[in-house]
Amino acid sequence: MELTVDPTISFLTVFVLAIFVGYQVVWNVTPALHTPLMSVTNAISGIILVGAMLAAGPVETDWGAWLGGIAVALASINVFGGFLVSQRMLEMFKKKEKKGAA
Amino acid sequence: MSANAVALSYLVASVFFILALKGLSSPLSARRGNLFGMLGMTLAVLTTLTQTPNFGMIIAGIAVGGVIGTIIARRVQMTAMPELVAFMHSLVGLAAVFIAISAVNNPVAFHLHVPLPTGNKLELFLGSFIGAMTWSGSVIAFMKLSGRMSGAPITFPGQHLVNLAIFIVMIGFGMWFFLDAQTNWMAFSLMIGLAFILGFLIIIPIGGADMPVVISMLNSYSGWAAAGIGFSLNNTMLIIAGSLVGSSGAILSYIMCKAMNRPFLSVILGGFGAESGAVAAGDGTQKTHRSGSSDDAAFMLSNADSVIIVPGYGLAVARAQHAVKEMAHKLTEKGIKVRYAIHPVAGRMPGHMNVLLAEAEVPYDQVFEMEDINSEFGNTDVVLVLGANDVVNPLAHEKGSPIYGMPILDVSKARTVLVNKRSMASGYAGLDNPLFYMDKTMMVFGDAKKVIEDIVKALE
Repeated sequence: MELTVDPTISFLTVFVLAIFVGYQVVWNVTPALHTPLMSVTNAISGIILVGAMLAAGPVETDWGAWLGGIAVALASINVFGGFLVSQRMLEMFKKKEKKGAA
Repeated sequence: MSANAVALSYLVASVFFILALKGLSSPLSARRGNLFGMLGMTLAVLTTLTQTPNFGMIIAGIAVGGVIGTIIARRVQMTAMPELVAFMHSLVGLAAVFIAISAVNNPVAFHLHVPLPTGNKLELFLGSFIGAMTWSGSVIAFMKLSGRMSGAPITFPGQHLVNLAIFIVMIGFGMWFFLDAQTNWMAFSLMIGLAFILGFLIIIPIGGADMPVVISMLNSYSGWAAAGIGFSLNNTMLIIAGSLVGSSGAILSYIMCKAMNRPFLSVILGGFGAESGAVAAGDGTQKTHRSGSSDDAAFMLSNADSVIIVPGYGLAVARAQHAVKEMAHKLTEKGIKVRYAIHPVAGRMPGHMNVLLAEAEVPYDQVFEMEDINSEFGNTDVVLVLGANDVVNPLAHEKGSPIYGMPILDVSKARTVLVNKRSMASGYAGLDNPLFYMDKTMMVFGDAKKVIEDIVKALE
């Protein structure tokens, strides 16, 4: 029997457990905030930026690195656009809360 | 930073992302949640930056994307949120494809073995084909939602067979790619090309009314694409964040299908949800409905003790949210209890109507979800239905009707129902609505904004 676990198995473990965490957390999101949920998850899927940075990372920039650079820009649109538009929407839900209290 | 430090830092970032989603369980904690999300992303990016020597290109890319993203986020209209979300899904898909190509070109940059191990190739194949499908599918969804393309389903004979054939051939090229000991560019490119085509073909037969499901589904895909790339790059950050997004989108798709009483598979296979589906309406017999003016409506509203407003997408189209809020304010001043009832598919994406009302500064504690308010209609004096149709159609309770079983707002239990519509035309489902012919119902025809503004005047 091998003593070390194939890294892919560890990644699979992380993957499956993360899906369960996502499942639990998302069912608790109030339906009123489903649109912000979608824009926040949009921003989070901008995490692909990390992969894009690695692609753009090497010192010698061949065409693959340039492709990575474009991917960095695309993913950044998601990250900035997603979080900021969520912020904008959630501010709207805040204003009402103040007025309702007043 | 050592590999271990990087992994730990990614773990912290992942926890921030989970807290971001958790924050959305209530409007009170949601803003803090969003900040956690930003914090997690900043940490993940800074950590990765320690691993990549080529700062210049990365900073330039982030700057360009950041400026574009910021401008879009500031300018977008809340009614256009579905388009924006579809647009952003497409970007994730395209970025995933670019990263996959880059990884095949230069595995060393990603700390991968040369030549690429079969396992990584398989994962690259998965990540890039899901990414490619997400991109082209989202482009179609974006064009349909923004009206650049007709929302009507595009179908042709043998469509499913064609899709299936393309899918099998695509898988074939994928297998060839990962079984080949060399880097087989031809197989890889053909596979990606076919995945692009498949993305287009899968979304074109899905009609406008089913868009909430499509958006949620593509949301899910974009997450799986990120997770797939994470597997191929042995990167836990991408795997965790991708899975969170993937399961979130899957849950939203499920909720939307349930709210429309449509099996997921039939939405995906498409051909339904045509805006032209209205032909089937009516059984030919002439039924009578009662109609009244805005003044009549204002009179009935002002004599009520409790009012529930049911906004539909027609309201958003007429940009009447602010007028509604004004009217609700006037009624509240008269001591009338005003609440809003939201059906899950009231807008063009999950939760869309809530955002549109929030934008109009409607207090969110007056806004109720279907399950919470359905029992309240029985002791409500007046219900005002604005630009909604299928979601208040009592036929949903009758066996044998096409929408039987669809969850609806039980407005017909109220003492009086006021319905504002442009005409007697049917909704998306193409069904006549018996609610409109009830004795307790009064139709108020006209543009929602105009009608409500007239009601406000009459209330003064």
